[in-house]
Amino acid sequence: MGSMDMLSDRVPLIFEESRPGRTGAEVDQGEPSETRALELLGAELCRDTIAGFPELSEPQVLRHYLRLSRLNYAQALNFYPLGSCTMKYNPVVNDEIANLPGFAELHPAVPPAMAQGALELMARLEGALAEITGMDAVSLHPAAGAQGELTGLLIVRAWDRRRGGKRRKVIIPDTAHGTNPASCTLAGFEVVVARTGAHGYLEAAEIRRLLDDQTAALMVTNPNTLGIFEAEISAIAEALHQAGALLYLDGANLNALLGVAKPGAMGADIVHVNLHKTFSTPHGGGGPGAGPVAVTRELERFLPLPRLVRRADGLWDFDRERPDSIGRLRAYHGNFGMLVRAYAYILALGGEGLEQIGRLAILNANYVRHGLEKNFPVAKRAPSTHECVLTHDLEERAGVSTLDLAKRLLDYGFHPPTIYFPLVVPGALMIEPTETEARETLDVFIAAMNQIYREALEQPEMVKQAPHTTPVARVDEVTAARRPILRWTPSPDSTTKE
Amino acid sequence: MRFIPHTAADIAQMLAALDVERLDDLVAHVPAALRAQAAIRLDRGLGEREVSAAMRALAQRNAPATELISFLGGGCYRHYIPAAVRAITARAEFATSYTPYQPEASQGTTQAIFEFQTLITQLTGLEVANASMYDGASAAAEAVLMARRILPKRHRVVVSRALWPDYRATIATYLSAQQDLEIVELPLDLATGSTSCEALGKLADQHLLCAVVGYPNAFGVIESLGHMTQVAHEAGALLIAVTAEPLAFGLLKSPGELGADIAVGEGQSFGIAPQFGGPGVGFMAARMAHVRSMPGRLVGETRDRQGRRAFCLTLAAREQHIRRERATSNICTNHSLNALAATVYLALMGRSGLRRMAARNVDLAHQAAAKLAAVGISPRFSGAFFNEFVARVPDPHRALERAIARGVLAGLTLERDYPELADGLLIAVTEVNEPQSLDLLAEALRA
Repeated sequence: MGSMDMLSDRVPLIFEESRPGRTGAEVDQGEPSETRALELLGAELCRDTIAGFPELSEPQVLRHYLRLSRLNYAQALNFYPLGSCTMKYNPVVNDEIANLPGFAELHPAVPPAMAQGALELMARLEGALAEITGMDAVSLHPAAGAQGELTGLLIVRAWDRRRGGKRRKVIIPDTAHGTNPASCTLAGFEVVVARTGAHGYLEAAEIRRLLDDQTAALMVTNPNTLGIFEAEISAIAEALHQAGALLYLDGANLNALLGVAKPGAMGADIVHVNLHKTFSTPHGGGGPGAGPVAVTRELERFLPLPRLVRRADGLWDFDRERPDSIGRLRAYHGNFGMLVRAYAYILALGGEGLEQIGRLAILNANYVRHGLEKNFPVAKRAPSTHECVLTHDLEERAGVSTLDLAKRLLDYGFHPPTIYFPLVVPGALMIEPTETEARETLDVFIAAMNQIYREALEQPEMVKQAPHTTPVARVDEVTAARRPILRWTPSPDSTTKE
Repeated sequence: MRFIPHTAADIAQMLAALDVERLDDLVAHVPAALRAQAAIRLDRGLGEREVSAAMRALAQRNAPATELISFLGGGCYRHYIPAAVRAITARAEFATSYTPYQPEASQGTTQAIFEFQTLITQLTGLEVANASMYDGASAAAEAVLMARRILPKRHRVVVSRALWPDYRATIATYLSAQQDLEIVELPLDLATGSTSCEALGKLADQHLLCAVVGYPNAFGVIESLGHMTQVAHEAGALLIAVTAEPLAFGLLKSPGELGADIAVGEGQSFGIAPQFGGPGVGFMAARMAHVRSMPGRLVGETRDRQGRRAFCLTLAAREQHIRRERATSNICTNHSLNALAATVYLALMGRSGLRRMAARNVDLAHQAAAKLAAVGISPRFSGAFFNEFVARVPDPHRALERAIARGVLAGLTLERDYPELADGLLIAVTEVNEPQSLDLLAEALRA
């Protein structure tokens, strides 16, 4: 991010750069098809050209998007300490590998005998994820973490209905990501909120108190969003199983568990994994990711369709005849392009490398916590794992909010941490450094945060006006929501209002 | 490990700062019974060259399929991808950024999404589009749930049999936990290959929530969308148009112009490689009156403190991170980088290029149909088609094998999902199919 003086930070909309008669793509030379196409289809089926659609040359289009790229902050450029997002380095060779024609150009409906390399890769990735999570069976089907959640919860439902149950409740801790309760609703469950204990983790007693014959499952992230290991998870799993309920473990924070504890050993029945977090596939400005789901042997029959199986003749193929399956949640077989990257990452790290990651991610988080603790005390005085959740007293002392601090951090060249989350910590700053950041980067970040703390006390107005050096100043998000302008239109005032 | 910067000295100094002796001490609070079972039994890690070689070996095993002349479609289409698309999406500034929660540091992503939203409204002829969905199938399922929020008292969802089987299955899964929603299948008109409008008329009453129709449909046939919309609207219901080959919007009347209330689909055709079926990019467009029922991210235009135009995520009160169990959807991450690919693709094609590309596809597909007719293989349906059609081929499984032996992936059999079309072969023709390859296709399928 940041610009050279000779270039303005402002980039017009692509539509505003358009001039009639230009194009950035030459359709194949040869006979003109347009008249013939209109004859073939009949004019009544066809539209005119689209008014307002862009008209630019190829170099103009390239320049437009390259200039836009310079207005972005990115993991490859600098430290991205977003808590619970695991913004680690995305190995560039993995993009190169995913673009190999044998992967990128493979049509999903080719005969299985011609896709054995792709299917073998998927089978090996399923096996690796089963080993890493300590579970028995894996489906690579879901398109994202949230879709993995829906998959897991539909499995809970199918399992319960299969045994003749009608359970309607899922327990979710107050620290949970918003996707957890939203996925529960989509899967037809009511949410029961469990309170996190005084030490920052769920107590088995709280779960026992909430458990009843209507409870289908507990959905819990471990370590939780306070960055604290769920110390009573094994006792909780036991209580759930005794009550005929399942343990759904949200794998959003799996990075902290590598080499430390496996969900399977905790007693989890279902785990979803975010390949775009722990397994380093690029976040892409908001996807695509992938959200594989791992389950116990007992639940395998409910996994989504199609299932990857080895035929009697040794070939990999898809099985679509699984009467107990919850069905499919998307077209085809999964976000294969992301599966390729994740598998390449696992090959690069190997078992020992993966085990090392967990501890180094935890080291980095504790180092940042230690460096900031004087000005930004931790929300709960329990040991931190891969992330720490901090608070501050600047709201009372100087009228400076967490949002102000976050915006000021941009002036120091850092993306802010996750803020105001988890909801149980007012004004929270949630910091996840990941294992790929060097100590000296963390030192500069710590120094910046502590400097901002002092600035907030000495020059609160300056901090509240931040950021001062970004391509745009603080953005008015309230007006954006109050009077939504969600597209460009060619009318004179160039905006559409509701 | 090449991705990790920590030297032994770094680790020692950091541990000293924390007043801790060993790395293991940092996880001593994790129950010992769990730590004892934490070993990950996978092979040792590999260097970059070794990883690359291992992955190339796997890719090589798929190569025969990618080297054949292919006429496979059925919801995933092979189109030429201009080099400029990957030149942009490979930029780390786009690829390694997060969801743009901090607009001051994300104007590249937010503006690109705003442009994507605009392009989708232009293509679909509707007023508002979101920042993208996972894929066409899940977008179709989310559209039905959205319709339910708009008309909460209606419970009957009618889905065309000519909607892609994966899409129908996905809708069924998403609706499986909704208590009182009923899915009814609209039969095919086996002469035209389109959905029976008559059947929709019979179901059009006060219980009808929405009709879900492919445009073009799973057989490439261009449905009478305007007629179906009229029937749905007369009953007070909504029409959801679903498109897996959105290049068709370059030439065909838009769903919005034909009255559709929600248009969803798959944008893979716009600059995204097939990748064995994913990731693509789902899109969703609707009327502005329904924006608050929409799932997914939305970017809006606003101002910064100095009055300059800026873009940010907006109307988040619909979303899971604010509204939790009462959100419009659980969707969080969308498929942003692929939405960027589609945006760059469409900007390159432009107003005239998109139309010419669509026309080129129509022309080539009809040339293929004519060449097949000349060797005695007739079209299965009479309905107008875009770039994909069903040919009547006796024993299509054997015909496919014969064609593969001649270097041609001739199409997709339909029998598994449509027993009534056991003699059908679905053939997609795009601009990547050279005119001379059409002769090879006809030659390969000739009995």
